[in-house]
Amino acid sequence: MSIFETTTLDAAGITPGSPAGTAAETRANILDMGQAVEAAVLRPLYTGGLAHDLRAALAARIARLNGDEALALRYLDGAGDKAALADPAEPGEGREAVMLAFMDKVAARTRDVAAEDISALQAEGISDADIVKLCELNAFMAYQIRVIAGLRLMKGEAA
Amino acid sequence: MSRVIHKFTRNVPHWQPRVVPVDLATATPEQLEALQVTPSNTKVSDYVLTLAHDVESLKVRSPLFNAIMYDPGGMSRAERELGAIAASMVNRCVYCAAVHADRHAKIEKDDSVTDELFAKGEKSDLSPRNRAIFDFARKLSEAPSQAAPEDMAALRAAGLNEEEILDLILSAALFGWANRLMHVLGDPVRQEETA
Repeated sequence: MSIFETTTLDAAGITPGSPAGTAAETRANILDMGQAVEAAVLRPLYTGGLAHDLRAALAARIARLNGDEALALRYLDGAGDKAALADPAEPGEGREAVMLAFMDKVAARTRDVAAEDISALQAEGISDADIVKLCELNAFMAYQIRVIAGLRLMKGEAA
Repeated sequence: MSRVIHKFTRNVPHWQPRVVPVDLATATPEQLEALQVTPSNTKVSDYVLTLAHDVESLKVRSPLFNAIMYDPGGMSRAERELGAIAASMVNRCVYCAAVHADRHAKIEKDDSVTDELFAKGEKSDLSPRNRAIFDFARKLSEAPSQAAPEDMAALRAAGLNEEEILDLILSAALFGWANRLMHVLGDPVRQEETA
């Protein structure tokens, strides 16, 4: 895959030969590794308690919380029956609701996250391994969304 | 006894997980491979053992982290650390802020920039170049939409070239990632001597 086909450069609309594209080529290894992490958090071999469709819905939801509808639509393709959860206005039910509230807080109010937020997940029977997987998905999305926003600004667009 | 640290400091605290880290004795072959555990290397931090619960992302995460912070060319090491510090202050990741403020001070052989940042935050008195770097990274960290074309223009006016700007975006964004692991999955604590 060319770096210009990675989610970050493609979503930001960065093309070869442009100033941002030329800078990006000096960091091709970083863009490639970012794409590898996207596969690891969205479509892992070992899903644990978090199936691929749920992961895609959560990624789309986080993109929307950050105002990136175009990126959300890319992930929504993989959300299947879980697509409704990609709407930040959807609170979910039961255990899923606790998970969604956690993901929203980690994505948009990171500084306010406290020990009780982790124990709330544990009280729902969500395993420690799945809690780490939820955090990695959320954390990676924070990275990808910000790299895309920064690249759009480099190109001369609003983030 | 240990107590949780809430104030920014360069004195790096201990990190205490809120979940149970992977136990090396019961780790899977994939986890041991990602942790690079060998008979002669069995010392793995609680943080890395915690991340080993997601072995597939752990494998790529460390080389990506090192490339963004340490690969040659582009922005200076100290300025990449400033991007990391700005993100960590926004997200109040006291542990990350401590590690990277300490690195910044050591690289620059100067405590004054990080002293100023920890004392005054966004109102700090900074050089024009540090000002542009810190403000851009802070806004991108708050919410991507906060970073505006004027902030990009300020980076260029301060003399940053395209490669340096890309490195700043990458280091600030990387700490949006790291903070959501460190600050969410554990507490920064100070171990207290027991009599």
